[in-house]
Amino acid sequence: MSEAIEVARTYLRPGKKLPTVWCGGCGLGIIMSAMLRAIAAIGVDKNKVAVVSGIGCTGRMPTYVDFNTLHTTHGRGLAFATGVKLARPELTVIAAMGDGDALAIGGNHFIHACRRNIDMTAIVANNQIYGMTGGQYSPTTPHGKRGTTAPYGNIEYAFDTTALAVGAGATFVARSSVYHAREAGLLIEKAIRHKGFSVVEIISNCHTSYGRMNKFASPVAMLEWMRDNSVSIKAAEHMDADALEGKFTRGVMVESDKPEFIQSYDEMAERVATDPAAVANVKKVIQSYDAMADRLKPENG
Amino acid sequence: MTGNDATAEAMRQIAPDVVTCFPITPQTELMHKFAEHVADGDVDTELVLVESEHSAMSAAVGAAAAGARAMTATAANGLALMWEIVYIAASYRLPIVMPVVNRALSGPINIHCDHSDTMGCRDTGWIQLYSENAQEAYDNTLQALRIAEHPDVLLPVMVTFDGFILSHTAEILEGLEDAEVKDWIGTYEAKYSILNTDDPVTIGPLDLQDYYFEHKRQQVEGMRHAPDVIREIGRAYGELCGRSYDLFEAYRLEDAELAVVALGSTCGTTKVVVDELREQGVKAGLLKIRSFRPFPEAEIAEALGNAKAIGVLDRSISFGAPGGPVHKEIKAALYGTGHEIGIVNYIYGLGGRDMSMNDIKTAFAGLEKVAREGTPDDNIRFLGLRGEGGV
Ligand SMILES: Cc1ncc(C[n+]2csc(CCOP(=O)(O)OP(=O)(O)O)c2C)c(N)n1
Ligand code: SF4
Ligand SMILES: [Mg+2]
Repeated sequence: MSEAIEVARTYLRPGKKLPTVWCGGCGLGIIMSAMLRAIAAIGVDKNKVAVVSGIGCTGRMPTYVDFNTLHTTHGRGLAFATGVKLARPELTVIAAMGDGDALAIGGNHFIHACRRNIDMTAIVANNQIYGMTGGQYSPTTPHGKRGTTAPYGNIEYAFDTTALAVGAGATFVARSSVYHAREAGLLIEKAIRHKGFSVVEIISNCHTSYGRMNKFASPVAMLEWMRDNSVSIKAAEHMDADALEGKFTRGVMVESDKPEFIQSYDEMAERVATDPAAVANVKKVIQSYDAMADRLKPENG
Repeated sequence: MTGNDATAEAMRQIAPDVVTCFPITPQTELMHKFAEHVADGDVDTELVLVESEHSAMSAAVGAAAAGARAMTATAANGLALMWEIVYIAASYRLPIVMPVVNRALSGPINIHCDHSDTMGCRDTGWIQLYSENAQEAYDNTLQALRIAEHPDVLLPVMVTFDGFILSHTAEILEGLEDAEVKDWIGTYEAKYSILNTDDPVTIGPLDLQDYYFEHKRQQVEGMRHAPDVIREIGRAYGELCGRSYDLFEAYRLEDAELAVVALGSTCGTTKVVVDELREQGVKAGLLKIRSFRPFPEAEIAEALGNAKAIGVLDRSISFGAPGGPVHKEIKAALYGTGHEIGIVNYIYGLGGRDMSMNDIKTAFAGLEKVAREGTPDDNIRFLGLRGEGGV
């Protein structure tokens, strides 16, 4: 307990930023504390951490945590975060995103960040709805579930966030839920330690919008649903498709080793700078530019 | 009804072929309401809930290019994100109608009203109608469709109304009957449509030094025809329901010595202040702009001709420019008319800062001095601002 208080004291912004705007019982608080525990466990200096977000209930997170934080526009968290990481590669960069933020308006940034494999961690708080704007269905709202824009059930099909991340080339992909708070923290810790682009999806509860429209009586009912409808990846290996129907898996989906973007960039720069043929090439280009500039001088006609 | 409900009601009655939408505060309730109408079978519209505003405008353009009546609605950063396609919609001469619920642009993040969003779009080739209240938002939406589709115009129209101040407050709405609206808007036959297999066309192909310039000039022509069309439709609307509309409204302006120019919900508050001042013997008046694009400069200059001092209220900033967007237009309109009128620009209400009657009285009080002494050096003032520069 005292350890938790210590974490809160160290990493939360006291004073006027707290309490949070989140509804009582919202899963986002659990995700925020899981992230803080992960950072505490790694022991990285808090001034060497940057937390970037877009817009949404999830997007509010950087307001409360005492790191270098950037609260940007809807869907663009990862693009801003990429800039932060490129300018200051020594920082631990974390992007906190909602499901809409990450996969609807910002979906393009998401797949390209995965493909690029730049060393940052994307935490996708998946509450299966646009929480902040009042419960419109999102790209992760399950087929048939209700939203304010789908009063008779969603006729579209949901993204599987982790499968999408794996397909797009992320080198660390994991999933947990706010019911499994400890596991969530440990997975975020692994993700931050991983060198490359990491995605951790955490299934969360938006009882205010999603729960209300989908017959969940309370936040607790939603947490119980997560408990009863998820299986660890290990357990899932021994289950057939019927048994897995309607359930989500938890754990690490992918952990692979692929050259990281900034590392590859530095290596290329190094290679070019030390390769005599490349250096000669660059010199030639510069000389031809100089010659052209010379020719274009007024006194040379 | 709230402004959002009223506009959703107008959209239900119009029953566009296609509506594309993405939620953003304070427009959200508008699209919810419309989505409910669709879900309940009250309107036969294809509603597409896309993944961003950029897609919302793109899909609306696609639908309109295929000959459909298409609408969408947005606010603030949503409008900013769709800007690329907003410009394209006008360039393709597609008569799309879009309610915009005015909200301050980020950053920092703010969800409340100012006009930075639509003013940022003032040169995209869209007609812009500003509304004073929910009734006007409703009426403007119904008229916008006719204006946009008028063969002499063929330009998209933005109907704007102030976020929260109008979108979320309820007032009594006088609506038209569904059948009346149906008659009013008639049917729409697109002049060119990519789905016309007898006469297939390409919309938007490469247009370089050869004809791009001429095509832009044609847009200018469409916009040039718009004032007459807006006026004519405003008159016809009056015949239909008793509420007629012009390009602007002159409120107790005829003999006014101190004139305030404004647009949006602040006009309602200003009217009350004008009435109070008139009771005290002050010759105060208001010019409320409805059509900011096209900007009826000659008529406005004439309407302001008797004023001795003008205070222009701007709910947005044009950074680095000599004053806010409305202020610059008013000054330009008066140029060369021979009237030497003192003009002061009051920037107010950014990010939803309240514009009270007292603030407007402060503006009028400032004008008395301007009437005596002419345009002062400090002619750009920040009404209701704390600290330096604020009045
Ligand atoms: C360009 C733009 N469009 C729309 C919005 C409105 N908006 C704010 S939050 C949000 C959705 C949030 O959903 P999600 O990303 O899942 O986050 P949650 O609130 O559920 O945590 C939307 C559409 C915006 N801020 N900017
Ligand atoms: S609206 Fe939903 S996601 Fe947002 S704070 Fe409330 S419960 Fe959480
Ligand atoms: Mg969400």
